[in-house]
Amino acid sequence: MQPLLLLIVIAGLMGFGYYFGRSRSVSMAEGFGGSNRLHSLPAYYGFYAALWAGLPALALLVLWMFFQDTIITWLVIGSLPADLQDLPAERLNLLVNDIKNLATGNIVSSEITAPIQAAADRYNQLREVARTSIWTLAISLALISLVIARSRISPQLRARNYVEKTVINVLVIFSTIAILTTLGVVLSVFYESLLFFRKVPVSEFLLGTEWSPQIALRADQVGASGSFGSIPLFTGTLLVSAIAMVVAVPIGLMSAIYLSEYAGPRFRAVSKPLLEILAGIPTVVYGFFAALTMAPFIRSLGESFGLEVASESALAAGLVMGVMIIPFVSSLSDDVINAVPQSLREGSYALGATHSETVKKVVFRAALPGIVGGILLAVSRAIGETMIVVMAAGLSANLTANPLESVTTVTVQIVTLLTGDQEFDSAKTLAAFALGLSLFVITLILNVIALHTVRKYREQYD
Amino acid sequence: MTNETQRTIDIVHAGLRKRYARERRFRLMGLMAISLGLLFVSILFLDISLKGYTAFQQTYLRLQVYYDPSIIDPAGTTRHDDLAFADYAALVKQSLRTVFPDVTDRQDKRELYKLASPGAGQALARRVLADPSVIGNREEIWVLANDDVDMLAKGKIDRDAPEDVRRLDDRALAWIDRLEQRGDIRKQFNTGFFSSGDSRQPEQAGIAGALMGSFYTLLLTLLMSFPLAVGTAVYLEEFAPRNRLTDLIEVNINNLAAVPSIIFGLLGLAVFINFFGVPRSTPLVGALVLTLMTLPTIIIASRSALKSVPPSIREAALAVGASPLQTQIHHVLPLAMPGMLTGTIIGMAQALGETAPLLMIGMIAFIVDVPQGVTDPATVLPVQIFLWADSPERAFVERTSAAIMVLLAFLVAMNLLAVLLRRRFERRW
Repeated sequence: MQPLLLLIVIAGLMGFGYYFGRSRSVSMAEGFGGSNRLHSLPAYYGFYAALWAGLPALALLVLWMFFQDTIITWLVIGSLPADLQDLPAERLNLLVNDIKNLATGNIVSSEITAPIQAAADRYNQLREVARTSIWTLAISLALISLVIARSRISPQLRARNYVEKTVINVLVIFSTIAILTTLGVVLSVFYESLLFFRKVPVSEFLLGTEWSPQIALRADQVGASGSFGSIPLFTGTLLVSAIAMVVAVPIGLMSAIYLSEYAGPRFRAVSKPLLEILAGIPTVVYGFFAALTMAPFIRSLGESFGLEVASESALAAGLVMGVMIIPFVSSLSDDVINAVPQSLREGSYALGATHSETVKKVVFRAALPGIVGGILLAVSRAIGETMIVVMAAGLSANLTANPLESVTTVTVQIVTLLTGDQEFDSAKTLAAFALGLSLFVITLILNVIALHTVRKYREQYD
Repeated sequence: MTNETQRTIDIVHAGLRKRYARERRFRLMGLMAISLGLLFVSILFLDISLKGYTAFQQTYLRLQVYYDPSIIDPAGTTRHDDLAFADYAALVKQSLRTVFPDVTDRQDKRELYKLASPGAGQALARRVLADPSVIGNREEIWVLANDDVDMLAKGKIDRDAPEDVRRLDDRALAWIDRLEQRGDIRKQFNTGFFSSGDSRQPEQAGIAGALMGSFYTLLLTLLMSFPLAVGTAVYLEEFAPRNRLTDLIEVNINNLAAVPSIIFGLLGLAVFINFFGVPRSTPLVGALVLTLMTLPTIIIASRSALKSVPPSIREAALAVGASPLQTQIHHVLPLAMPGMLTGTIIGMAQALGETAPLLMIGMIAFIVDVPQGVTDPATVLPVQIFLWADSPERAFVERTSAAIMVLLAFLVAMNLLAVLLRRRFERRW
């Protein structure tokens, strides 16, 4: 844990900087008539010095950690003999992996030749150099900055303003991380998808009806290229989500209506949290339940009616997913139904409508946009749900609308494509990113529409 | 005219009975919907607990072991390395043979040896390494039974099933019955489940490795996401000017909260592992991914906590000369902290139960050792559950359910803590 130790050392230097800056300011202030002549409280001079000691060194450390491996790898490749350097990119990658494994004492996949051994030694040596130099650099940077801070501390120094400005800037950096994350998602997924679409045309991916991603063992193998038509995956996803919504929407909506319109406060206080337990259960638990309890149950039920049911039927996965989504639908609808102004209900009662007529013809209609928004959010949740379908739905891509058959979904395929041994540049691996991109785009569109409807609706009654 | 009104009220009266019936039906439907939901909750919990409670007990065999020096330490060196690599399974076989001297056929013997778990030999090895003086002595020791014996003892193998579909054949049943008559089989609390790592042998598999992995991952996630989220919330809520950029950030955060978790796994794989070279399968990379995932949850909760602090507090602090940052740190943050912590705990509970993105970044690997740090390969509890759920052995079903019970216990505890925190510190202004 080298970086951690260095981090602790830097933190220690910062602590030292704090006391140093603080006492320095107090002692300087004595010549001017005490510490109340300072511009800021002495503690701020301490923070000022601590920031000087810590920030540059930390920034250096972060940069170093990001780029150290890339630079070292680059240097090692540069030192390889020319014939090895000219290998195609994938082979070179493999070679570099071997070198790293050799250097760290792991198992190496190919035989160890002299240049590889030399490269591994060089790799280790470079890492050693890197380690010593980051220690020296970071600590000396911290010390130099401390000296600078010392020379700047004077009773006129507006230490508090500097410290506060720095803190606010740090907060600004923190809040851009959300944007960076989105950007990271979009760029990484988009870039890998572009690589994929260079190998497989977009039209085949979007319109093809056959999905069988294969890795070619030999170049001339039959079906070496595999086929990447994503239609069956999307129909499978839609089928499972549709089953889920058929379960979740009526139950969730009716529970929400009952809880907000009929239930007494005591009943509500007990049953609402109980229902929301369903939302807190990890999806892997639902997956286990779907695969080991629901699927056999549906299978035997189907057999007793003389129906052929696949052991990994879409129905089992969809039903359990529906149960998972119930609290999602119910709590979102509950919110919007509660937001419908009481005056609308009273107006309806005054005209002689019964309670249920009021609910159906007034409250429900007034809340409809919000409910639709909530349902859209639930749909996007169902489409992106992974564990239940990975554990309970199948792997074979069937183009079918029969819920008793086995289907596969987009998320299942992403997981299966990426959890085996993988070569990063094969069409098979990249296909997962193309699927991820489509999933991201679809859920994003659903979310934007849903959030927009919910928000627009809220504004009307506020 | 009077005739007309008369008719209207008649129409109303005529339809009233139907309308009231419809009212009752509607009400009943609502009640049924809730009961269905609650029914699902109870079925889920019952199903898991009924499947899993047996895993907290484990079947052990009593063996009379002779620590034969010619097997353990033929050279008589008593060196640690020699002792560590001796054939302890042979000791187990020997003692099983002495119990059943009538088993002579090779095939039968091999079946007989299967009564004890491979872990039995390891237990003997630990015993000898801890105290080499037992070599040459005879001792009575309880060792792990094989998973089939365990399943039979727990009644999960049907004795009356035809022999060819049963996991244990008739002679094995006879042996087990004899052992049972002699009092050589007993069930005791399954400490191994909480103290050992994963294993291919169900009777030896435990959740210690997954628990430690989850602990390291969550710890790192907390360390990274809490400051980031609180900082973001404070900036957006208290300092940020209302402009295009901050609007963009807000929309972004709301959308990130609804992005499918598996997408974060793709991000982790492409950016953290392939671009920055963070080691695969480690709590470190898991925590990075989970941090990005939980950030929106904590930010949204923290912002609403900040919003609930009345402006008068800020104004009072500013009026007595505090700077904006001092106002935040000395007054607003302490008041908003319970709400922020509640949001953080809920975010951490989400992170604890998350599986899908961790599959992408290699935490699905089969790892026996309990991780010792954040850069050791590790797995986490939900992924362990996923791995066990995929295992074909019957005995893994109860372990999976037991692991789920442990996971749910942690989640319930965390959520209770959040609720208590909210109750204790919530202030209405």
